[in-house]
Parts: sequence; C-alpha cells; structure tokens
Amino acid sequence: MRRVMLPASLEELWALRKEHPDALVMAGGTDLLVRMREMKKDLRPVIVLERIEELQQIELNGSEIIIGAMTSHQQLMDSSLIARHIPALGQAAAMVGSPAIRHMGTMGGNICTASPAGDTLPPLYALQAQVELAGPEGGRTMGVEEFIRGPGSVDLKQGEILKKVKIPLPGAGVSSSYYKVGQRKALAISVCSMAVFMQMNGGKYVEEARIAWGSVGPTVMRFPEADARLQGSQLSASVLREYGEAASRLVAPLSDIRASAGYRRMLVANLPLRLLA
Amino acid sequence: VLVRFKLNGREIEIDARPDRRAVDLLREDLGLTGGKEGCGAGECGACSILVDGVSKLSCLMLAAQLEGRTITTIEGLSAGEELHPIQQAFVSRGAIQCGFCSPGMVIAAVDLLQRNPNPERGEIRRALSGNLCRCTGYQKIVDAVEAAAREMRAEA
Repeated sequence: MRRVMLPASLEELWALRKEHPDALVMAGGTDLLVRMREMKKDLRPVIVLERIEELQQIELNGSEIIIGAMTSHQQLMDSSLIARHIPALGQAAAMVGSPAIRHMGTMGGNICTASPAGDTLPPLYALQAQVELAGPEGGRTMGVEEFIRGPGSVDLKQGEILKKVKIPLPGAGVSSSYYKVGQRKALAISVCSMAVFMQMNGGKYVEEARIAWGSVGPTVMRFPEADARLQGSQLSASVLREYGEAASRLVAPLSDIRASAGYRRMLVANLPLRLLA
Repeated sequence: VLVRFKLNGREIEIDARPDRRAVDLLREDLGLTGGKEGCGAGECGACSILVDGVSKLSCLMLAAQLEGRTITTIEGLSAGEELHPIQQAFVSRGAIQCGFCSPGMVIAAVDLLQRNPNPERGEIRRALSGNLCRCTGYQKIVDAVEAAAREMRAEA
C-alpha cells in the first residue's frame, strides 16, 4: 500500500518531505496518476498539494501578476485579470484536455511535467515568466526557460517545489495570443503551438515581438534574433511569411505518432499568418 | 485509513486504502456502479463525478482526496424515482443507446448548466468534449442538454 498525505500548509509539507524524502509530489494528478498505474511495484508515498492554500492565488502585485502553482486551468480561464492583461495564458489553459481535466490539472503541474507540448508553457515563455521555487531552507527565482531543462526535466532540488509564477505586467499596446494545432479540438496533445507577445507602437509598428513555439523541439523554443527582425515592421502577410520561414528553419521537430517533422515545419512557417485573421 | 466525506447527501465514513482510486472505492466498495471506468486515463469521461459541485474524473483521484469533500455521483442526482431534468431530457430525447457514457455525460452537463444556464450548442459541445460516446453520434445528447437547459430555466 502506498501512503497518501495531504498537507494543509507549506510548513506541514516541509516536515512530510523530510520524513519521506522519496515521496512523489502530486499537483492535479492528471499525469502522475496515469503514470502511477504503470508503476505497479513502486510504492513510494504520495504527497498531494491540493490543500495548501499558499499555492492558490491569482493576483496583481505592483508590476507583476502572481499565479500560485496549484491554480487550475479552469481558474486561469475564468480569471478576469488574466483575460485582461495576459490573454494568451487563458487561451492556452482553455485548450488543455477537457473540462474535467481543466478542473483538476494545474499550471504548476503543467510546468513541472515539462512536456514540450504543454499548453501553458509557450505563453509563459513569450510573457517572460519567472518561477519561484520554495524549500525548507528558503526560495529562489529564475526564468521559466532556465527552470525547464529538457523534456520531463526541471531544475528542482531535493525537497523543493514550484510555488508560484510571476509574470511582468504588460504595458500599454501589448497583446498576447495562443494558437494550437492538434489532431482534434478536445483532449488533443498539440502537434504545434505558438504563443505571441506583441507590443505595437502607435497601433501600427512592432515595437517588440516575442514568439514561443511548442511541440517542435525538446523544450519550448524561442528565436530572439528572428523576433528582433520583426521590430519596426508592420504586420503584413509578407512580413509574417518571412518570419515563419526563418522560424521553420530553426525549430527542431521530431516525427512521432501525431505528425511528421516536415508537417510541423510547415505549420511553423504558416501559423504566424493567423495573426492577420 | 478512515476516509470521511459526504456522498450523495449522506455523511459516510469508510475504511479504505488511501491509494485506492476513487472510482474503485465508489464502484466496488460502495456499490455505486453508475459511473463507469472506460479508459482509466482521463480520456473518456465515463467516470465523471462532482467534487464540491465541480466535475472531476474519479479514475484520476485517490481515495484520500475524498476526505472532507462533498461528492455527487450519478446516483445522487435523482430525487427517489424522480429524475433530474437532465436525466429526464436524455430519456425523452433518446440521447442514450448502450448507456455506458450516459452517467458521465449527465455529470458533465450538470457542471455546464451550473456555470452557464443558457449555453449555445457550440458551448454544449465544448462542455461535453471530454466525454466519449461511441453510439449516438452526439446530436441527440446535445439536443437533450439544450432541452434540459430550457426546462431548468423555465423552472428557476
């Protein structure tokens, strides 16, 4: 039998993790419990984070939007703060799994699972999110792209958890959006996804663009040099086609059961045109 | 360990392995076989239950997570012989064939109509998008939810 513990505070969590250093940590459980079925002989205890209130919040703090790691995808979708300032994240949350999965799955779980296809990840990269980690000895903060090291791998030290995500509040003239191509509209793992942060100058010229790509490399990918070439231009079909072609040469897609590498490159070349729709 | 929670309006206490899946606890230990296990991996919605009023998948929950929660299964929706308006609409509109997906479909529809009492057909489809049906082709299920929503608005 596997022990299951539900600490109600971070303090309780640190004590439990000290007592059970081998314990698995569970957020929403939508990935972990599927994997656990396949590990029949593994009886490591499970620590469930769902009752820790300190991990649940969405708030504006000065120039940052703070989102607790245990915020569910449904809560991201329902937040007026997110819809107003960082809509790409709400749009991405709405594309995760199905309604019941979105009621269970959390943003922190999505980040720590570190799948290159995780829907909330490209917006977090494009929005330059910082992650705050916490452990019994204190915390540390780093950029999400530093935290995620590879498929399924994140920079969490023994005893640490992801506590919250901090997103710089975008200024005036900024828009953000998320586009996903999957094999169907629900319960689809993305074949290719794109998150766009765009700051326009006078509503016409690109001041700053940051585009992040999902499912086309070992982690979410960004191409700052290609982004920089958008600066000062007006978004037209030819400008976006040029950007897409450049990006499609830079991505590192694999062929898998969902799509071929070649098809994914074509998506990367063409998805930017959606910005005109 | 003892797990205490409210199940279909009744406080219960049951001795269960904490790592038992909620779907097994409900179906095998408590005899509530309305909700089904289809895929066991969160892809089909057949095991849906309401946890504190919100639809969740009982195949991806552990028994220990039920502690202190209010759980409603398909068995808890009707008042005796009187069906919930959504159940009644499924019957009246012929939205059932083999019945395997129906409990999960109804639970998903309850969740939807709590959030949005007046959904458009597209919103109904999205709300049911995590529930697989291999018989009906979905049209009659969408019709039933639409009819139930109308009925429930008229009653309210």
